[in-house]
Amino acid sequence: MTVPFIQFVNIRKSFETQEVLKGIHLSIYSGEITTIIGKSGTGKSVLLKHIIGLIHPDSGQILINGESLHQLSAEKIKAFQKELSYMFQDNALFDSMTIYENIALPLLENRYYPKNQVRDKVMNHIRELGLLGSEEKFPAQVSGGMRKRVALARALITDPKIVLFDEPTTGLDPIRKKNVHTMIKEYQEKFEFTAVIVSHDIPDIFNISQRIAMLDEGIIQFEGSKKDVLDSQSLIVNAFIKGEEA
Amino acid sequence: MFTKFLEKTGEVTIRFLKSCGRLFLFFITGLINIFILPVQFGKILDHTWFIGAKSFFVIVLTAVFTGMVLGLQGYYSLVKFGSEAGLGAAVAMTLIRELGPVLTAIMVTARAGSAMAAEIGVMRISEQIDALKTMHINPVRFLFTPRLIASVISFPLLTALFNVIGILGGYFSGSVLLGINQYDYMDTVIKNVSIEDINGGFLKSFIFSVVVTTICCYRGYYTHLSSGFGARGVSLSTTNAVVQSCVFILIFDYIITFFLV
Repeated sequence: MTVPFIQFVNIRKSFETQEVLKGIHLSIYSGEITTIIGKSGTGKSVLLKHIIGLIHPDSGQILINGESLHQLSAEKIKAFQKELSYMFQDNALFDSMTIYENIALPLLENRYYPKNQVRDKVMNHIRELGLLGSEEKFPAQVSGGMRKRVALARALITDPKIVLFDEPTTGLDPIRKKNVHTMIKEYQEKFEFTAVIVSHDIPDIFNISQRIAMLDEGIIQFEGSKKDVLDSQSLIVNAFIKGEEA
Repeated sequence: MFTKFLEKTGEVTIRFLKSCGRLFLFFITGLINIFILPVQFGKILDHTWFIGAKSFFVIVLTAVFTGMVLGLQGYYSLVKFGSEAGLGAAVAMTLIRELGPVLTAIMVTARAGSAMAAEIGVMRISEQIDALKTMHINPVRFLFTPRLIASVISFPLLTALFNVIGILGGYFSGSVLLGINQYDYMDTVIKNVSIEDINGGFLKSFIFSVVVTTICCYRGYYTHLSSGFGARGVSLSTTNAVVQSCVFILIFDYIITFFLV
């Protein structure tokens, strides 16, 4: 049996008196797109932030290729984190930097490439994501859809092995949503990264996902393929897909 | 009742100690990163421009009127003893040893320190600091270290500017408006101001630069830990940054003066 690339084992997390994650068990497999669905405020973003280390669990374990993240050496953790990239729900673009500077920032600060190569690489992403002509504008000067694409370009610029997308299509019109989904799928196939997406775009998101997990009441209520989710007999899953209260 | 009082006192003390620890670690991280290559020349230059060059007019304006007031007040005090000729020395010594570094630091806190706290605070609440972490960029090195270096460069230069302009302001009100001999004014300045006085003033401005930048950046960086959220949190952090910086400028001023005199 394949060992999951990232595995959550009984992860619990509370904020002050509110327990958000009540024992999460979830497996994410290498090279796949795993989508986490669930109602707003159920802790999907919190779960995602555990992977990148922005939030640490109160208890439980996160396993990377079967090894506990907490027991890995500092070098291994650093190497793992270098392979990660994160696209924030509200983009988290640097509003005092131009679009070009935003996308180039991780490359320039970490000195991954010489400056002339950085320019080529960034311009290539700008072209591919339809941002040409906006590279000298500031995030506040472009539309919400363009800001999403800038955030996507920044997340992909370092050629990460794992990309975490926190509601990548929030606030986009149906056409742009479809474009972003297509882009994620295309990039995922091209670069073969592992993607974890938090999304509400049901059923569209199912078309690009290999695995779907549903988070509700602080636990994973369901985990399986697109077919499994559509065939599921779970009342909670069915109600959520139909947009009804369980 | 008494137990509740003890609990509250303990809670406040623990929160205060935690805050002190965070501030110390924040400062040390920023300090260590000064010596880690590559040097962030571009960012240091940008912040020196913002903290130093852009404070030019506010410093000149404050210095002119401070010097003029000192000239005016000094003249009417000294004339009672017939020693108005010593006005130049009085103005210069007051400015170089005390008012120059203190007022410069307070003015820069109001102009640039508040901006540092607000900018970093907004970055915190809009997840830009988290974004830096996800890009494997050390946020303290990225946000605090270049500002610290820029302040250490700017504060002494602005203090020197304040002193010179202030002495000229005193000259204007003392000599030009009140008729003190202009040669006496300048002569007493040159004869009475020693290099120790100038060095003492620069030492103060150096320490103030570190204090102001650390407090303002720290307040912005930990905006999410202040008692307000969102825009209110940023406004609270900015206010706290300015008030605490001003208070600590005066506390450190006393301590340094105590050891210098």
